[in-house]
Amino acid sequence: MRLHVLPGILPAPRWPRPGYAAVSRWFAILGLAALLAADLHVTSLHPWSDLERLLGGLVRPDFLAVEGASILYTVAFAVLGVGLGAGAGFLLAIPYARFRAVRIACAFLRAVHELFWALLLMQVFGLSATTGILAIALPYAGICAKVYAEIIEEADLSALRVLPAGSDPVSAFAYARLPEVLASIRAYTFYRLECGMRSTLVLGFIGLPTIGFYLESAFRQGRYGEAGALMLVFYALIGTRRLWVRGWTLPLLVLGAILALPPMVGSTDVGASLARFLGHDIVPAPLRHASLLAPDTWLETWAALWAWFRPILTGQILPGTLQTLVLAQVALVATAIGALVLFPLTARHFAGPVARPFGRVLLVTVRSTPEYMLAYVALQLLGPSMLPAILALSIHNAGIIGYLMGRHADGLTYRPDAPRGLNLYAYETVPRLYGQFLAYLLYRWEIILRESAIFGILGVATLGFYVDAAIAELRLDVAAVLILATALVAIAVDAASRALRRSLRIADLPVRLASTDTPRSSAPVTA
Amino acid sequence: MAEPAIRLANASAAYGGRAVLDGIDLVVHPGERVAVMGRSGAGKSTLIGLIQAQIPERVALVPQAAALVRTLSVFHNVYMGRLDRNRTSHNLRTLVWPARADLDAVRAVLARVGLADRLRDRAGALSGGQQQRVSVARALYNGRPVLLADEPVSALDRVQGGLVLTELARTHETLVMALHDVSLALSHASRIVVVEAGRIALDAPSAGLDAAALRRYFVDEEAFA
Repeated sequence: MRLHVLPGILPAPRWPRPGYAAVSRWFAILGLAALLAADLHVTSLHPWSDLERLLGGLVRPDFLAVEGASILYTVAFAVLGVGLGAGAGFLLAIPYARFRAVRIACAFLRAVHELFWALLLMQVFGLSATTGILAIALPYAGICAKVYAEIIEEADLSALRVLPAGSDPVSAFAYARLPEVLASIRAYTFYRLECGMRSTLVLGFIGLPTIGFYLESAFRQGRYGEAGALMLVFYALIGTRRLWVRGWTLPLLVLGAILALPPMVGSTDVGASLARFLGHDIVPAPLRHASLLAPDTWLETWAALWAWFRPILTGQILPGTLQTLVLAQVALVATAIGALVLFPLTARHFAGPVARPFGRVLLVTVRSTPEYMLAYVALQLLGPSMLPAILALSIHNAGIIGYLMGRHADGLTYRPDAPRGLNLYAYETVPRLYGQFLAYLLYRWEIILRESAIFGILGVATLGFYVDAAIAELRLDVAAVLILATALVAIAVDAASRALRRSLRIADLPVRLASTDTPRSSAPVTA
Repeated sequence: MAEPAIRLANASAAYGGRAVLDGIDLVVHPGERVAVMGRSGAGKSTLIGLIQAQIPERVALVPQAAALVRTLSVFHNVYMGRLDRNRTSHNLRTLVWPARADLDAVRAVLARVGLADRLRDRAGALSGGQQQRVSVARALYNGRPVLLADEPVSALDRVQGGLVLTELARTHETLVMALHDVSLALSHASRIVVVEAGRIALDAPSAGLDAAALRRYFVDEEAFA
């Protein structure tokens, strides 16, 4: 159908397109409302003295207490998990744009947090290397597939069109597409390896023998010197990533990782436990013994299933989702404020030559710290409430966005008679970066939500709290339903974020973090 | 008379509902060297695209932008011109470890455009004019009988441009080239086709034309020259 639109009488859109200000206002209002609903009590008696002892551990680290194997395992799990995930992601990226089923499968893979994957995989593979590697590989495959597909889509295709007719598709891909995208894919994958190390650390908190495992026990037993040393070792690993993760070291890393893997712990008969897990454990209890082939019992089975599901929905999924959304909303707004305050610290026009390096180190350190660990530490200090989770999420994410914004700010060119200081910030810098700022925030929204759900394991009543409880009670069918619900909420938020970015016309702005690792000479910043 | 190399009958093309070419009749015989001329936006590139879509398996193309893979070497970019005539396994091997025979063949082609010494350079590191000559070398190496070229010498000076057009005419039987340089067109084409507002406004042997006769089709562009 063709619409004939005469100039001058264009039909008015039913809703006016929201602008930057309107969207910001609504997010802030929702954030305030969520803040009123959130539980922010500080229950710890001596938060400051605990913090003092913690910082004391960082100043006087006890490196001799560090378990060397934990460093090895942290790297080994990350290398193999990310390697496997990136490999699978690359294979999935090729049919990604063409097949909806592939896109849905990838969305599901990445909507489930690596900790949830680990909790599920543990039921089958025990507390083993396989659990650690797959827990990273599965969500990373989904993430990498999406990002690789985007990189391939964005690539310059002019050479592909000039190929002689009849070139076979494999050669065409290898010559005209792959070389164009290889550099971006490599930079992104190396960046993912850094994320993989953060994920591995977090997996230590549930028992895998990585740095996180020793960190958790050191914190719990008040050995702050050891905890400080472990944290410094971890920062060193992340900070030196570019020195030891290179094209030519990759084969060595993979080989070393395979040799260094810890021995199998837990169940050895994987086939039997996988069959039990899929065929019995995660099947909703009322369906386990029902005869699904007899139509006359269907009604009865449905009734039983509903009776089983209803309390989960009203008692766990709905309140858990609400708390997750509340936490994510407060954290998102706090992140926004934090990023706006922090980014001048790393920008040339605001921080002097003395302050700027410190600002950078601060933001890079903050962004290297996994939010789960921040939350864990904050929880030790402040006691169980939403406050530690909000602090952890907003500090980590404000660090990330602030750092990127600082780089964008350095890329701006100002007129010679531009104002200075706060006037420059308010009239030139922030307005010109605001679209980019919103793009980053909306992109982090889904990530913040996934983390909010996970923090339930630490005791905040978000979805993860119920998942953790269900697994502790060995009610895996309930855990599976809850994880599925979490994934659906994450997918919904991702869709909302994408719709908003498109409606604000900021969908094409860079939000990928890896490209900052390869700054190009011509383009000021591509993040 | 022999079978024509190209035959367009009442062909038209449109972008987003707007007609760019309309009712084009064009017959080109083997051995003809056709210069397509006209103002920018007249439909020259679209005409070349129409011809390519009709006989893709007989065409070697020099596109308007050099369209090189910037991260690959000059050798690989030229080698791509014959990607369809080698086995996949050979192509993949060549990406990593090229055979001596292929290297020699490509070097010989590059020598014809004056770039034999840049065989192993990254294509993205070359200047605009050099990239354009690599693009021409790719078409020469392809060697298909009909050469379609969209401004193949726009980044070269007139002398170099003339040499490149001569090389193209030596390799390919039939040439259809969009050109904007009137004197290059008159000296290297056997036939001039002027496209104006989506139609063919002039189609004549170049022998009977002079620069002044052609210039009146681009008066407004001359103002910028």
